[in-house]
Amino acid sequence: MTTPSSAIAVRGLRKSFKNKLVLDGIDLDIKEGTVFSLLGPNGAGKTTAVRILSTLSKPDAGQAWIAGKELAREPDAVRAAIGVTGQSVAVDGLLTGLENLILVGKLHHLGKRESRQRATELLERFDLTEAAGKALATYSGGMRRKLDLAMTLVGKPRIIFLDEPTTGLDPRSRRTMWQIIHDLVSQDGVTIFLTTQYLEEADRLADRIAVLDQGRIVAEGTSAELKQLVPGGHVSLRFTDAAELDLAGSVLDIIGRDEDELTLQVPSDGGVRSLQSLLDRLSQANLEPAELTVHTPDLDDVFLALTDHPAPTPAASTTETGADR
Amino acid sequence: MTSASYTLSDTRTLLDRNFKHALRYPAMSLSSLLMPLLFLLLFRYAFGNELGAGIGGSYINYLTPGLLIMTGASSMVSTAVAVCTDMTEGIVDRLRTMSISRFALLAGHVAGNVIQTVAAMVILLGVAVGIGFRPHADALHWLGAIGVAALTAWALTWLALAMGLSAKAPEGASNLPMPVILLPFLSSAFVPAASMSPGLRQFAEYQPFTPITETLRGLLLGTPIGNQWIYALCWCVGLTVVGYVASRRLFDRRAEL
Repeated sequence: MTTPSSAIAVRGLRKSFKNKLVLDGIDLDIKEGTVFSLLGPNGAGKTTAVRILSTLSKPDAGQAWIAGKELAREPDAVRAAIGVTGQSVAVDGLLTGLENLILVGKLHHLGKRESRQRATELLERFDLTEAAGKALATYSGGMRRKLDLAMTLVGKPRIIFLDEPTTGLDPRSRRTMWQIIHDLVSQDGVTIFLTTQYLEEADRLADRIAVLDQGRIVAEGTSAELKQLVPGGHVSLRFTDAAELDLAGSVLDIIGRDEDELTLQVPSDGGVRSLQSLLDRLSQANLEPAELTVHTPDLDDVFLALTDHPAPTPAASTTETGADR
Repeated sequence: MTSASYTLSDTRTLLDRNFKHALRYPAMSLSSLLMPLLFLLLFRYAFGNELGAGIGGSYINYLTPGLLIMTGASSMVSTAVAVCTDMTEGIVDRLRTMSISRFALLAGHVAGNVIQTVAAMVILLGVAVGIGFRPHADALHWLGAIGVAALTAWALTWLALAMGLSAKAPEGASNLPMPVILLPFLSSAFVPAASMSPGLRQFAEYQPFTPITETLRGLLLGTPIGNQWIYALCWCVGLTVVGYVASRRLFDRRAEL
């Protein structure tokens, strides 16, 4: 096989710890300048994949090329091209924000002046200038994450691995982090390999998404492509009394009915045309629903459908109730 | 490729970082000085008269070389804790994903601790002289004494590094050096090995702190060294090799997890 031209190419990656298989043959191709998201529940093998691809851990089998360099043969060349922000925040808690950035700058052999300049730039970009000289003990979780990412950017990596970058952040910090990631791709043109357990995050940020489950990639594609894998789009109609509910039930092809709530579910792709024809049929029967809600399949449906295991664990029971929605 | 000069500059960068830690949070570094300092005062003023009478001559003179060596042992705690903290916090992963020498992180800790330990020894020596320690060594012997002290600090630091790398959490790392720190009590640091009961005496004669202390004492005070310096040297080299090999191995293995 020739060297793939993708920013990240992975073939047949396997890894097990003791006798537990964590990655069971992963293949990936990630184009330069895109955001790729590896989505999966806890323990799916996401972090292991990141650790292997960022040279922290060795695979049992398989090959990978990062920025055109083969991982096994030129780990140092790979390291020079990548930046990694892991799950645990990799900052020095005893130094200030500025000192942390300068430390990384010096380790990139930028020289004193350039290290300081780059640090100042990044502090400004991430809105941390005010906290630059303060000890890290005074930083909030969101600020630590931002500093962590800033430290990753000091060396201007072309490929950035982000392992669950927003886990544990409050909604505002999460949005800030999303904006930062978005800007990295649109302004700097970097390639991002993102792992997350938040479907919304993958949906918003990623060009392509792969769903990892029990060490295998069970689905891959754009967010829209993945949503098509799962039928789940419907329109929910609520009526004012049982008579209307019965009448509507007789003129429509329903997939669900709730007598107490006086609602009916009708399959729909959520498009204007299908809604139009639905409303036409209702008005022909002289019916006017009190409320209409459109439910389009989201990544939650995909995720839950693809990673639903029959195993009788507490986690499995929550996925089932989720899938019923 | 990381060249030797990069390794050196990375080590210096990380050494700077360790100094910043030590200056900003001096409690850890001071605590390694505290124990030998406390024993110096305690043995000088509380037990010194009685012990000095038994040994014959000035007890503060007898005591100081052993406490200087003990300073090397007590500073193992801060090294073990610092390296373990680095391993348990994410910082080591950041360094490992950067194109820098992996050896530099360990080397930075070793260099930092050796310098701090020697500084602590100098402070202890100053206090000792202040309360009556009177070394009589010429320049060459002083040089030898500094060499013995630094070599001991170096060897014990490598051992501490291995301990820090093998501990799961900093709390555990702070306990591991304890047996080594207590060893000077069972050496000729406080009383001559010859004065101990038979079993203990043999132990004292064959453990590292006795020949190292005897060598330093001989260099500073002109007491007979005999071939103790050879044992001292062998112990230092041996401990360094064990510490170094274990550290490298533990570092690589731990990083793989």
